[in-house]
Amino acid sequence: MVEGLIGRKLGMTQVFAEDGTATPVTVLEAGPCVVVQRKTAEKDGYEAVQLGLVDPRAAKRANRPSRGHHEKAGVPPTRALREFRLDPGADLKPGDRVLVDIFRDVAKVDVVGTSKGKGFQGVMRRHNFGGGASSHGSMFHRAPGSIGASAFPSRVFPGMRAAGHMGDARVTVKNLKVVRVDAERNLLLVRGAVPGPAGARVLIRRSPGAAAAAKA
Amino acid sequence: MDMLRAVGGEGLRKDAPAFRPGDRVKVHVRVVEGDKSRIQVFEGDVISRRGGSGPTATFTVRKISGGVGVERIFPLHSPVVEKVERVRQGRVRQAKLQYLRGRKGKKARIQEKRVR
Repeated sequence: MVEGLIGRKLGMTQVFAEDGTATPVTVLEAGPCVVVQRKTAEKDGYEAVQLGLVDPRAAKRANRPSRGHHEKAGVPPTRALREFRLDPGADLKPGDRVLVDIFRDVAKVDVVGTSKGKGFQGVMRRHNFGGGASSHGSMFHRAPGSIGASAFPSRVFPGMRAAGHMGDARVTVKNLKVVRVDAERNLLLVRGAVPGPAGARVLIRRSPGAAAAAKA
Repeated sequence: MDMLRAVGGEGLRKDAPAFRPGDRVKVHVRVVEGDKSRIQVFEGDVISRRGGSGPTATFTVRKISGGVGVERIFPLHSPVVEKVERVRQGRVRQAKLQYLRGRKGKKARIQEKRVR
């Protein structure tokens, strides 16, 4: 079996348990994916598969290198390609499909996405600095304050937190509980939030710690 | 988006309870005590509805219990809410009746709506 696949975040909603407890869930469209390339220990030094997210609109936009790459596997072009590790002993051939049902017996998954871009933000928003008082004669509001000493060391230490670009970065959320696997509609419901806007592409992998729980 | 709506819509009650802010309702709540479950009725005025027709919709019911105002917020689609009965319709001009919180006795009444 493969450790994960490519999906899309659809948005959030909630589901009720029989006893009335509401669980906040993120609905992910997980796959379907196809194997586009098989990486082997002999040839590439490691065992993995390159998956592509099946996308009916991709054929129109594929360039020639991409077209050739997909043709080799005998699959229609895709826009999202990502590699995933294969379990020892497991094997997949180019053209094989990978569906949500790989998470059927998985308790927890990690989701990798790109967080929403926040633009250039100050230190209060970006690094949770305290800031100063708004009133009572305070003349220090949202500035970062001191960023170091003076003549010695005569420089600012690297890594000093400052204002700058925030968001639009790769974020991994680990150990999200799998609430439901809907194989019919290729949907995966996980408890809690996932980085990025609705419609964003995400990678879904089973959590390493949960692998043991998966067998149980 | 359609898929999201489809998933959210699965557990929803089909018999969308017809009531509005200002109405007096009886909310039948399933209460589980140990291994037994029974129905408890919470009767009061609906002072707020939010979330529209979505899966996260809630409504707030306020009643005066032993001289103390008590409010409960129910998820509209919670399986614990067995049913919602409308006792009477109220005539109100606001969608949210938070102003009732500051009122007591006669002033905290809601006029009944004349239904023709």
